[in-house]
Amino acid sequence: MTAFLDDFLIRATVAGIGVALAAAPLGCFIVWRRMAYFGDATAHAAILGVALALAFNLSIMLGTLVMALAMAVTVSGLSGRGRAMDTMLGVLSHSALAAGLVAVSLLQDVRLDLSAYLFGDILAVGRTDLAVIWGGAALVMILIWARWSALLTATLSADLATAAGIDPRREQMILTLALAVTVAVAIKVVGVLLIAALLIIPAAAARSFARTPETMALIAAGFGAVSALLGMAAAYRFDTPAGPSIVCVAALIFAGAALVDLGRRAA
Amino acid sequence: MTLITLTDIAVRFGGQTVLHDVDFHIDRGEIVTIVGPNGSGKSTLLRVVIGAERPASGTLKRARGLRIGYVPQKLHIDPTLPLTVRRFLDLPARIPDALARDALDQAGAGALGGRQMADLSGGQFQRVLLARAILSRPDLLILDEPTQGLDQPGSAAFYRRIAALRAELGCAVLMVSHELHVVMAASDRVICLNGHVCCAGAPEHVASAPEYRALFGTGTQGALALYRHDHAHGHDHDHPHSHTHGHEAAE
Repeated sequence: MTAFLDDFLIRATVAGIGVALAAAPLGCFIVWRRMAYFGDATAHAAILGVALALAFNLSIMLGTLVMALAMAVTVSGLSGRGRAMDTMLGVLSHSALAAGLVAVSLLQDVRLDLSAYLFGDILAVGRTDLAVIWGGAALVMILIWARWSALLTATLSADLATAAGIDPRREQMILTLALAVTVAVAIKVVGVLLIAALLIIPAAAARSFARTPETMALIAAGFGAVSALLGMAAAYRFDTPAGPSIVCVAALIFAGAALVDLGRRAA
Repeated sequence: MTLITLTDIAVRFGGQTVLHDVDFHIDRGEIVTIVGPNGSGKSTLLRVVIGAERPASGTLKRARGLRIGYVPQKLHIDPTLPLTVRRFLDLPARIPDALARDALDQAGAGALGGRQMADLSGGQFQRVLLARAILSRPDLLILDEPTQGLDQPGSAAFYRRIAALRAELGCAVLMVSHELHVVMAASDRVICLNGHVCCAGAPEHVASAPEYRALFGTGTQGALALYRHDHAHGHDHDHPHSHTHGHEAAE
């Protein structure tokens, strides 16, 4: 295994699969709850986290985690108060991204390749990164698996959950935490701009093949892993950036799924 | 035996008082219906009873170990969420197949187990929600406008089913409804709500109360005609929102 991981391409692929596996079930919840923009806002806040981490000499992972969490908590806090949510999210999401970009440019003594954070730098994934990515991914998967029924009930209806003794706000917090962790570990793989794509596209593609929530999450995980694998192969073959290549493969899978669905309905 | 007692409950949203001075109780086995105009706090009162809404003041007492089955007013299942009826019954806890079958049969949804929730008609959906609510053998079944979107025969059948379930399970039923004529016939007790309890009591009593007529008089002559009888009331109508009700205590 150690020799196997010596190859940077192998490490990159393993990292991509790790992120895809964690993103898939979480992405299902984001799709079911119509929180797609929520994923964007959280991811965009992470770029501000990168700037702060560099400014205060902290680990980038920690900086992105803290900022993503702060954004996610802010958004969940606002969502309970009946504001126009998509407007609110649009404001927060793009403000965070812009503030992050400005903050990074203000760091004079740091030379920083910004595109590495915007689009990912999967080929630079080292052994430590790999451990952190798989650690974070495992944490997210365990969290979601352990709370699966409660999360699903709260997703269906907050009142139904309350009547069954489940606190919907707590379940929302768990999803929020899982999202922040996913963003923090995925930033190196697909970058800030494309994390939401990896969350949503495999889940959306899996929808038409699933009859239960569990199968949808499993199929989404499969699609995500295949996207990571084929995306990396394409990136190597055509010398394209790794993160966007992974998302392109996911988008192709989604298009294929949509066609199959269309054909089935016509039949 | 009293299942739930609310004393002096007030609920505020922001600065607005939605409910005030609400006293309410429900006993084992009785069917109580809350009627009232839109925005009168009916759903809020139900949400207080299930614990989803915290009252600003007042006390709520539940019988020890009270099991509540809840049928929400609206349950929007996103079309992106694949969910069979059978799997829906497994939320939040997995249940044996036999139990699921019994509940579906009792709710009149016996043949629907394998269907997708998103494909059900309004009436089928309501019966599935009902099946889920009675899974836990509730002491108290709570329904928030359960027949919304059903036609007249459909909702009449639904209320007959509720009455049958009450007899079968021995549970109390608390529901909100707009269909006054059906409600009046199917309830043991009616509570007329408009921010506070306007009047309460046996259906025929409430139907003839002046407060009730003031709220529903115009649109529901047909329904009222069924119950109209001469009834001498001693209410003080100068202060329609602060009077006390002697007949409530008699329940």
